[in-house]
Amino acid sequence: MRTRIWTPTENPLRDARDRRLPRIAGPCSLVIFGVTGDLARKKLMPAVYDLANRGLLPPGFALVGFARRDWADQDFAQIVHDSVREYARTEFREDVWLELCKGIRFVAGDFADEAAFDTLVDTVRDLDRVRGTQGNHAFYLSIPPKFFGDVVQQLKRSGLSVSEDGAWRRVVIEKPFGHDLESARQLNETIDEVFPSGSVFRIDHYLGKETVQNLLALRFANTMFEPIWNSNYVDHVQITMAEDIGIGGRAGYYDGIGAARDVIQNHLLQLLALAAMEEPLTFSARDVRLEKEKVLSAVTLPTDLSLGTARGQYATGWQGGEKVIGFLHEDGIAATSTTETFAAVRLEVETRRWAGVPFYLRTGKRLGRRVTELAVVFKRAPHLPFSVTDTEELGQNAFVVRVQPDEGVTMRFGSKVPGTQMEVRDVNMDFAYGDSFTESSPEAYERLILDVLLGDPPLFPRHEEVELGWKVLDPILEHWAEGGHPEQYESGTWGPAGAHAMLARDGRQWRRP
Amino acid sequence: MSVRLDDTTAGEVSSAINLERFRQGSSAVNRVLTLVIVADEDTQADAVVAGAEAAREHPCRILTAIPRPGKTEPRLDAVITVGGGDGLGELVELRLRGHLSQHIASVVLPLLVPDSPVVIWWPGKAPATPAEDPVGRLAQRRITDAAAAARPLKALAERLASYHEGDTDLAWTRITPWRALLAANLDQPHDPIAGCTVEAERNNASATLLGAWLHGRLGVPVRLKVSKGPGITAVSVHTTHGDITISRPSGGVAHLSRPGFPDREAALARRTAEGLIAEELRRLDPDEVYGETLAAVPALDAQPPLPVAAATMSRPSNAGTDTPAAVQAPRRGATTRTTTRKAAASTTATRKDAAKKPPAPRTAVKKKPATPRVSVAEPTPKKAAARKSR
Repeated sequence: MRTRIWTPTENPLRDARDRRLPRIAGPCSLVIFGVTGDLARKKLMPAVYDLANRGLLPPGFALVGFARRDWADQDFAQIVHDSVREYARTEFREDVWLELCKGIRFVAGDFADEAAFDTLVDTVRDLDRVRGTQGNHAFYLSIPPKFFGDVVQQLKRSGLSVSEDGAWRRVVIEKPFGHDLESARQLNETIDEVFPSGSVFRIDHYLGKETVQNLLALRFANTMFEPIWNSNYVDHVQITMAEDIGIGGRAGYYDGIGAARDVIQNHLLQLLALAAMEEPLTFSARDVRLEKEKVLSAVTLPTDLSLGTARGQYATGWQGGEKVIGFLHEDGIAATSTTETFAAVRLEVETRRWAGVPFYLRTGKRLGRRVTELAVVFKRAPHLPFSVTDTEELGQNAFVVRVQPDEGVTMRFGSKVPGTQMEVRDVNMDFAYGDSFTESSPEAYERLILDVLLGDPPLFPRHEEVELGWKVLDPILEHWAEGGHPEQYESGTWGPAGAHAMLARDGRQWRRP
Repeated sequence: MSVRLDDTTAGEVSSAINLERFRQGSSAVNRVLTLVIVADEDTQADAVVAGAEAAREHPCRILTAIPRPGKTEPRLDAVITVGGGDGLGELVELRLRGHLSQHIASVVLPLLVPDSPVVIWWPGKAPATPAEDPVGRLAQRRITDAAAAARPLKALAERLASYHEGDTDLAWTRITPWRALLAANLDQPHDPIAGCTVEAERNNASATLLGAWLHGRLGVPVRLKVSKGPGITAVSVHTTHGDITISRPSGGVAHLSRPGFPDREAALARRTAEGLIAEELRRLDPDEVYGETLAAVPALDAQPPLPVAAATMSRPSNAGTDTPAAVQAPRRGATTRTTTRKAAASTTATRKDAAKKPPAPRTAVKKKPATPRVSVAEPTPKKAAARKSR
């Protein structure tokens, strides 16, 4: 054993001021379970290639696929090649591909198959030898959560979950992190039993989006927003994630899960936490997480859940010029399904900053258009020195962070209409963060995978946050489970009447995003 | 859409940009900076393409000033393209004829995007002192390109002599991937470093900067070897247990070898102009590391010629399997750019120098009154400690 001369922090070639130097992951491999899935094909494998193309993967990086397929290494390489060709963001370069290809391996087997995991052990050891991955391996579980238990247990049994001599083993899991608090805890125990919490990376790709991080920059790097970012000025907050597509071929996954579990529990509550949290001491993973946990613990539900929530299912209708079928007619969905494809809830954050400010969260499929945004709607001016007719068309000021598509920030405020009369009308001022950035800014998965390989956790939620999310959602889900059917809403509209009524009761209305 | 204005003024150009924006219904101002390109007719076209590509990442207004000196009457011609096919920012081509070509700043100043950073790029010949150039004075970031000069190494020396904070050179930008790969390699535990070798084409300013960077940072002897190119072809870090070598013979993929590891390859393509400019525009504050590296160039050149044995100087006796010859072989008879002064230092003396003396580049700069503007930090205690541990 040779002595270590420099640990990374002492690398004399590194300098905090040298911001040109990207961090390149150290020697390692990524083992993906469930490589035949959509996510792996459309996002993970292209992201790996893009990282390689940008020179951010270590030389000798290895990619191992694990699935129940009778494939050889080169068959899997062909799959990766096709998916890279089709979905990669950066240009295809033969030399980069050939180098990446040398590190591609495939292990065939079942998630409970001991022999397959023993083969995986050999594969990984072999990679350490021929590719120099040094015992550093990340296991990406791109599989349904019901298999997590099998896989982590096998990883434990085969000894893959532990490493020696300073090498690391990490496990990456995707949402959904359970379907309620109880199952989330179980899932967590299953994984915690095998991997220490610092080695578990929960991927919520929304948190990898530039705009989400830009929200922190907007709030905490500027002076002009924070003074009004409280209940003195804010009337309410609306967080929307709307999709124009239906469930597509995902009936098996979606039925029984529904919009609230799929989206509100993770994405929307994370956005709420980022928007509502206090300033973290630093931007270290720990400090940001503490603030998020604080604010999530302060979330309260409406006393009467039937008035403070709404749910719906999309019905047959016309969406953007196309006739689409209703949820209950989709393949694989029972005509009696009570799974909601639209969910809206009214939450409050019981802190001094937010007392009395409702946070309205909504998500749905087959809505008007695809958009994710966070809108902070301000109170009206306490006094308007204009005549009533002058300001008839003046709405409430709003500060909108658009997460996708067309990432950016919109400010809405009143402006005088040109002319001799005094007439004030709403105008929008736009900052298109993504106008041109999108093309060059990395895909969320690129960033998240690189962070996993670097062991950088700030963008990943911890199980405490996941559990807090379920604590918010569980009573609502129970309330819905007690009976009744979700309301039907016409595809291509902005959700069921109940959602509109929910805001109307408070004297407010949803933005049309 | 392009608008052509002949025999015009900066005021008219400015109104035309606004009108064109208004006509397209995009009154919102997304431009985060102004990029001024000063170039002659031969170099401007490529530079504008690169700038426009980079503008995808950094929405900006690009002002291309093309001086056309001559005996004609002073006259300004402009071509304005707003939100071209790609929905990019604004491209303004300015031709300054006759005596006006001496007064670029007077035309550029009124056209800068208000209250936002200004970057100037000379893709071809750069002024003697970029920061004191009338146009350069408008910018907080001044980009030159030593490689575009007829004599790149002389150009590099001029950059040092005229260095001000905010200067940067594409010869430096070009080596970012090399530096990243080297730094990543030294992130891994490794043996004490005895020296480095950089192989590159003759007269390659980037290789000199890379050498100076390694020399200044690691405090070890660095030699420059001439190869056939293209660009930089190999960098070796000589450790007491063998070499960490990154070689890139063809300019596309780098081959990495390192003791205790299998040989591997990594993407290390030669960089395009748009990639370089995009990187430059990413950070607009002074690049201190570039300043220090530039300042370390004289010390690199002034290194005493290395005794060949130096590479093996601190090889412990228990090294075992590998033979010293394997390390020495490629370096014997190598052409170096270092002065051919007689080697005064014995092996032991060299080692002592490397270990005890403050790093050479810094001392050298402090002694040189010719470069008073370069502020150079003392070696940090941490680095000193790291050096002592060897």
